[in-house]
Amino acid sequence: MTIHIDDLNNMQLDVLREIGNIGAGNAATALAKMLNKKVNMDVPKVKILEFKYVNDILGGADQLVVGILLRVNGDLTGNIMFMLDINAAHALVDMLMGDFASNASESAEFSEIEISALKEIGNILASSYLTSMSALTNLKIMPSVPDIAIDMAGAILSVPAIEFGKIGDTVLYIETEFLEGNSRVVGDFFLVPDMESYEVLLRALGVIS
Amino acid sequence: MDRLIKVGMADLQASCHPCVITTLGLGSCVGIALYDRYTKIAGLAHIMLPSSLQARNNSNIAKFADTAIVKLVEDMIKLGAHREKITAKIAGGAQMFAFNQSSDVIRIGARNVLATKDVLAELKIPLLSEDTGGNYGRTVELYSDDGRFLIKTIGHGITQI
Repeated sequence: MTIHIDDLNNMQLDVLREIGNIGAGNAATALAKMLNKKVNMDVPKVKILEFKYVNDILGGADQLVVGILLRVNGDLTGNIMFMLDINAAHALVDMLMGDFASNASESAEFSEIEISALKEIGNILASSYLTSMSALTNLKIMPSVPDIAIDMAGAILSVPAIEFGKIGDTVLYIETEFLEGNSRVVGDFFLVPDMESYEVLLRALGVIS
Repeated sequence: MDRLIKVGMADLQASCHPCVITTLGLGSCVGIALYDRYTKIAGLAHIMLPSSLQARNNSNIAKFADTAIVKLVEDMIKLGAHREKITAKIAGGAQMFAFNQSSDVIRIGARNVLATKDVLAELKIPLLSEDTGGNYGRTVELYSDDGRFLIKTIGHGITQI
């Protein structure tokens, strides 16, 4: 049996949302520890979007963002992406590295060590997300080495979206927004399991038999 | 100001003069601009995948290079374009992430460009110019007055082809 994302019922969507909640909760804790600051998060959104509208999220397809992408391997396959607004990325690096970081906040330029720091943030967050998911489902889930792109939101998001293009006209994102104090959105966390993995995931949780 | 028409991901639009057709944030996707300079009818497609034949679900014909180009040409002819006058310019097909793995997803940009060129050749639509490949996103604008194709990037300048 293969399930189609358009056929997912409310209960199944709730379960996916809850997975996102737990995973992102862990990631937020990790981020808070790293920054030594309070990090809040929104209730995750499970979004099923037509491709046409994918570009509207994150304030427009040509917004400059930092995308840190990790491939997920093991029992579950897919992509996990941490997307940061460019200002938030600079702020995050500044907080982590103190005086070493530059002050420019609107630019797409990051030094090598800043890029490395961003990748490491992505790595830690994705790992904590996946660890909790793995513990919950008893599935073996491993993240790959992180890769980074600093470019237009639409161009970056199209990478996981194309995976979905092969089998449908919609894409399913489990999205969680991170907020830090009053400086609004820190980033968006996207979990984009490969199509076959929804079934594995829902089955491991006993939602479908 | 000319009419601005937006094309989403896996979407296509054709229009009469005067207009500007745009699509934002092309990554591995390819933007295919078709133009008939005699009637000034323009069309733009934002495709995601090379071929409808390899996909399990191919109901959205704007998603694939092969079906999208055929549909776009049809739409333009309906608006009055001359089939034999239509020319093409393409942009996109980048590789956004450098992932060192053999997955097909990674080389999808290059495959999209190849497929697009094959289809254009098959339909005998001349490809005037292209701005493809690289590892950066592109936002494109097609102007109906002279068929110029403007490509904006972040950190890689603005080009016109």
